Amino acid sequence: MEKVDGYKGNFKVTVRKSPRYIDESMCTACGDCTTVCPVVLPNEYDQGLSDRKAAYKKYAQAIPGAFAIQKRDKAPCRLACPAGLNVQGYVQMVGEGKYEEALKIIMEDLPLPGVLGRICPHGCENACRRCDVDQPVAIRDLKRLAADQFDPREINVECQDRRKEKVAIIGSGPSGLSAAYHLAKKGILSTIFEALPKPGGMLRVGIPEHRLPRDVLDQEIELITNLGVQIKTNTPLSAELTVDNLLDDGYKAVYLAMGAHKGIELGIPGETVKGVRQGVDFLRELNLSGKAPVGKRMAVIGGGNVAIDVARSAVRLGAEEVNIIYRRTRAEMPAWEEEIQAAEEEGSKITYLSAPQEILTQDGEIVGLRCIRMELGEPDSSGRKRPIPVPGSEYDIEIDQLIPAIGQRADLSAIEDMEGLDFSRWGTIEVDPVTYATNRDGIFAGGDIQTGPWVAIGAIAAGREAAESIVRYLDGMDMAEGREPISNEDPVYRPIPGDTPTQPRAKMPELPVEKRRAVFDEVELGYEEETGKKEAGRCLNCGYCCECFQCVEVCGPGAVSRETHTERPETISLNVGSIILSPGFRPFDPSRFETYNYAKLPNVITSMEFERILSASGPTMGHLVRPSDEKEPKKIAWLQCIGSRDVNRCDHPYCSSVCCMYAIKESVIAKEHAGSDLDCAIFFMDMRTHGKDFEIYYDNAKEKQGVRFIRSRVHTIDPVEESDDLSLKYATEDGEFKEERFDMVVLSVGIETAPDVMELAENLGLDLGEEGFCQTESFYPVTTSKEGVYVCGAFQGPKDIPQSIMEASAAACAAGTDLSDVRGSDTRIKEIPEEMDVSDVEPKVGIFICNCGINIGGVVDVPGLAEYASTLPNVVFTDQNLFTCSQDTQEKMKEVLKEHGVNRVVVAACSPTTHEALFQDSLQDCGLNKYLFEMANIRNQDSWVHSDDPASATDKAKDLVRMAVARASLLEPLTAKTISVNKRALVIGGGVSGMSAALNVADQGFETVIVEKEAQLGGLAKELTHTIEGADVQEHLFELMERIERHEKIQVLTESLIVGFSGFKGNFTTEIMVGPGMYERKIDHGVVILATGANEYTPNDFLYGEDSRVMTQMDLDRQLDEKGAEDLQHVVMIQCVGSRNEDYRNCSRICCQAAIKNALHVKKLNPEASVYILYRDIRTYGLLEEYYREARQQGVLFFRFDRDQPPEVKSSEEGLMVSFRDHVLQRDIRISADILALSVGMRAEDTEELASILKVARNQDGYFMEAHVKLRPVDMANDAFFVCGTAHSPKLVSESIAQAMAAASRAVTFLSQSEITLSVVTAKVDQERCASCLICVRSCPYDVPKINEDGVSEIDPALCRGCGVCAAECPAKVIELNWYEDDQVMSKVDALLEGVL
Amino acid sequence: MRLQYPSNINIIKLPCTGKIDLIHLLRSFEKGADGVYVVGCLEGACQFTSGNIRARKRVEQAQEILEKIGVGGERVQMFNLSSSEAPHFVQVAVEMTEKIRDMGPNPIKTAMQKAA
Repeated sequence: MEKVDGYKGNFKVTVRKSPRYIDESMCTACGDCTTVCPVVLPNEYDQGLSDRKAAYKKYAQAIPGAFAIQKRDKAPCRLACPAGLNVQGYVQMVGEGKYEEALKIIMEDLPLPGVLGRICPHGCENACRRCDVDQPVAIRDLKRLAADQFDPREINVECQDRRKEKVAIIGSGPSGLSAAYHLAKKGILSTIFEALPKPGGMLRVGIPEHRLPRDVLDQEIELITNLGVQIKTNTPLSAELTVDNLLDDGYKAVYLAMGAHKGIELGIPGETVKGVRQGVDFLRELNLSGKAPVGKRMAVIGGGNVAIDVARSAVRLGAEEVNIIYRRTRAEMPAWEEEIQAAEEEGSKITYLSAPQEILTQDGEIVGLRCIRMELGEPDSSGRKRPIPVPGSEYDIEIDQLIPAIGQRADLSAIEDMEGLDFSRWGTIEVDPVTYATNRDGIFAGGDIQTGPWVAIGAIAAGREAAESIVRYLDGMDMAEGREPISNEDPVYRPIPGDTPTQPRAKMPELPVEKRRAVFDEVELGYEEETGKKEAGRCLNCGYCCECFQCVEVCGPGAVSRETHTERPETISLNVGSIILSPGFRPFDPSRFETYNYAKLPNVITSMEFERILSASGPTMGHLVRPSDEKEPKKIAWLQCIGSRDVNRCDHPYCSSVCCMYAIKESVIAKEHAGSDLDCAIFFMDMRTHGKDFEIYYDNAKEKQGVRFIRSRVHTIDPVEESDDLSLKYATEDGEFKEERFDMVVLSVGIETAPDVMELAENLGLDLGEEGFCQTESFYPVTTSKEGVYVCGAFQGPKDIPQSIMEASAAACAAGTDLSDVRGSDTRIKEIPEEMDVSDVEPKVGIFICNCGINIGGVVDVPGLAEYASTLPNVVFTDQNLFTCSQDTQEKMKEVLKEHGVNRVVVAACSPTTHEALFQDSLQDCGLNKYLFEMANIRNQDSWVHSDDPASATDKAKDLVRMAVARASLLEPLTAKTISVNKRALVIGGGVSGMSAALNVADQGFETVIVEKEAQLGGLAKELTHTIEGADVQEHLFELMERIERHEKIQVLTESLIVGFSGFKGNFTTEIMVGPGMYERKIDHGVVILATGANEYTPNDFLYGEDSRVMTQMDLDRQLDEKGAEDLQHVVMIQCVGSRNEDYRNCSRICCQAAIKNALHVKKLNPEASVYILYRDIRTYGLLEEYYREARQQGVLFFRFDRDQPPEVKSSEEGLMVSFRDHVLQRDIRISADILALSVGMRAEDTEELASILKVARNQDGYFMEAHVKLRPVDMANDAFFVCGTAHSPKLVSESIAQAMAAASRAVTFLSQSEITLSVVTAKVDQERCASCLICVRSCPYDVPKINEDGVSEIDPALCRGCGVCAAECPAKVIELNWYEDDQVMSKVDALLEGVL
Repeated sequence: MRLQYPSNINIIKLPCTGKIDLIHLLRSFEKGADGVYVVGCLEGACQFTSGNIRARKRVEQAQEILEKIGVGGERVQMFNLSSSEAPHFVQVAVEMTEKIRDMGPNPIKTAMQKAA
């Protein structure tokens, strides 16, 4: 989300959508792209414990199911290449041994892979980010390997249709060849005019054979001439053959690419004498004739590759002494380091810091050279240090041959008088830098003649660009459009993983030095395949996707193409009325804590990593092993509060709320996986299991599963020498130091807001709290500081899944209330044709068999299967498709059904879970009842899981299809019933939750009735003063009551009792006795919201009720509010009274914060007063931790006691004597208290009778049960029933309001339907045959079957859930489950076993 | 995960194992199946409360009958799995196949073949 403009009700949101590079609507999620993708990346979903590809799906169940490609900026190697070769792409292909594919990638841009694979100066390698790890990837050598392994001439170069136009190219060097190649690909055949007797330009005459064997060059030139390009050798431009002549001859365009073949003179006396020769001339003669005269003692002047080439050639030709004289030092030498080394190895000498001054001659022949010593001065314009002669340092050497090789320039003699050409002052042709067009129409120039001497790959790039321009020129198009170089100042690359191991660059094998004398055999011998693959494996895949386009090749439905690969981020503008923020959290990264050694020790892992290790779909498929050696651990420790409750080291003072519970869960599951002898130890400060029924889970882990809980904060994890084990040193509560060894340590990492989320909040102008969570107020738990913007989940504060889901529904409620006026205004209704009557028609089965790309077709013999299927009974049509689910096949299917009169459809393809609904829609569109459909899952149940045995897989596919046809033939049309919805809500309970729920339903336009058993609304909140944050509860309560009174959609029934209940979802009737007169009313309604609340527990110990100084926290709250605390000197509080014990095993969640709230209140009113809180665990979860910290800072004293050693209280006249044992001091303590406040916890309202009237379930503590504790915390198992507030479990006022809003949202979702469609999969009774045995009545888990007035069983389809238990139990077999009727099920058994007997 | 398992296993889908009928199980053997097993949700996690518990009882009934008539009670089994336990599914498939292989073909089948 980039920007938000506007205001509540009318926001304009600008969203930046990253490209997926795969067309989501066409992707069938077959995964073939992943299979061929060469780019291996760490799998984030497995916390980096496994690998994935750049073409990937985040995890199996991801929605949408389509795959995506991860791609960022083009890799630096590619950007560094003058020709922009897709280096990462071909390196990856070489790594996979796909040499042909590698060449295809290279040859998109470069027709000379073997040549450049030898002589390219590889600027790409300087840019390689592998340099940050060790050395660059040997890119050039890998290119050569591809060309060594696969003959580039065999590559099918795709050329467009041949065009008529002729183009002339002057010069057959790299630039001319490249232009000809790229023109040929565009359908234009060119003629190359070459001055020399052989083609290749500098590649042939400038580079000696020991670096570039002639056959390699010849083969690759052949590759170009094979396309139809003509090369005329010995045909220089001349007076007879001018550019104008060519144009007159019908050539439509001319590309000048004559190179720079003229050596630059030294400019010293004596250069014209015998024995002095330009390096380029020397090499040209050698390369054309195979020999060149050499003297005994040769001096070569220069430090470039030409100088080295001359020297190395001269040695081979028999020169006895070769001395390279260079005026700077080795560091400045432009020749490649490996070339310089090779020259030295072969015997050439190099003299640095020396320059020639005069050629010494005798009789017109060279006899020596006068040189002068140089020193380096300030850097010149090229950045190299300028050489300065040292006065008086002249010296002479004796030589008989001098080869200057200090540079080349173009020979412009043939074109210098040409009309319309401009030349630079360096003697090069002036062209447009993008199009390579000269100032004369139709004349283009590139390569060394345009740049001056430069690298071959640059000349090749120029040739390609000129070709593009020439085509556009011929087509009369704008030559420059869309070709501006894209500059990216700040490219985004894959970060280099910190743990990338160093791996030295592979060395190229070379011809031994002794074998290099007198022969020009190639020195570099090329990689072995294995070496090359390993070397390619060093690539870091900087750009993620390498654009090898293997996915494009393999994608059957064409969801990924070269076009989709060029997708750009999209900016989307949305007009919305409300905004909900649910950006979540990120797990804390413990690498910053050095003492935990997380980054260094492999067996110290985070809880997120441990989750993945435990997961059946995780990196070890649920096999519990430790990362270092895959050994099954025997002892695992969990360390709690990593990145939580820690101000000193990580600035996260808050509690992350979820870690205690997940650590217990992980330990229990680990024991389930590994067996009970696995030792699990959790090191914690306070065990915070404050959620619904969490305490029971904790107790079980401790007592039944044997998980050890150790109250200690461990500060250091040490490696155990000579093993991968870990040692923990810790102090127990009583101060004893211990050391223990573990196989594995799990860090229970907390949660934090990610920086990009903070940025988002800032952009939106939202207030964040100090800890980075979105600020909300006590009574408005999902409302942010910006109107119309709502928040839910961990961005509001650390919380677990149920709480997050409640808030999510609450946010939906708030947003929905803002939008309720426009509800349903954007709805579109699909038109469905009338259904065909098939009741009296013989079954005619049509079968569609899917190849699913190669998913099925690659294993199962699909043609054979189709042939078999067509022989099955009732089958009238069989077809096979590449992808049955694709749009066009769906259209085709409709035609076929009509044409062949098909009335039952079988699709043999994938899983009905994902595709049944899609195909059923197609049936409906054809006027066929959608239940006349059956799928044979020949992919997930066959080709995928038996891919190692294609023959058996084909046999099984036949079985599956036969079974499907058998069942399909027996299917009958089914019609779903619809029922109307009564749009009224009934809210039971008029406390804060009930009132909030009612208001939120009514505000969205639905009538609501509140039933309250007391005379007034308000519930337990009437007794509360303030929340811990300081919000006034009474004020809010008053506001709620006032709004309810005024609300025209809300009716309140006080002093009312529910006495009867009937009906089903959407159509309930409730009988209510309404006070005070107790007359009976019947209310019809569509949904029920249960908000019956809870009460304060009344204790029967600690002298409560016997001594007036002993009170509950709520009493104390009121007393402080009314009387203050001036007369209080010692206040003692006891926690967990009536909670976490044998009678009531759970935690009451709210009491710790209540005690701290009152303690802070006492301290505020009377700072001199002492407050002692006796506790078992302080459970100030989430941001409440801040108040705990403040209480400690204010001097509130906390003492811990054990469950089996509770404090004792005695009454005396001086005060209440409270005594207890302190664990830290190891002694008994006695306090004389003015007041003893008991944190008494909660008890659910007595709803036993109500629950039995409504037939809803409660847990052992009398709290109502939700449909799913994690995922459906507001819905109840009974449809259209919702629960909120303390009727669900103990919770704070703010949490109750969130859940009330959630319940309202869920209720409105239901009420806003005009009618509901019932499932067709319901049971039906053949009542004529029913024996009224009552077995169905007893067996139904939902009490649906009833014995009706006729005395037989009746099953209401509106209530039936379709499990089929009654059908299976019915002894008379008179109950059938629609769509799973016995004969339909049995037909599959029969078909499967056909012919077995 | 595409884990490989023996191809001699064919799956028949039901809405809940609670729908499995004793007749379905016995009919399979009558028609010549060598083994049948029922895979339901983990106990306590039945989407329909207790269908899997009922299924287990029916499987036990089938075992008794098959044992009595000499087909072998072990040929029918009940397993509880969650949908995320692919490796366990495979383990069950392999174990069941091995068990049935050890027991040999369904005696009904052998008898019928002999009779023919």
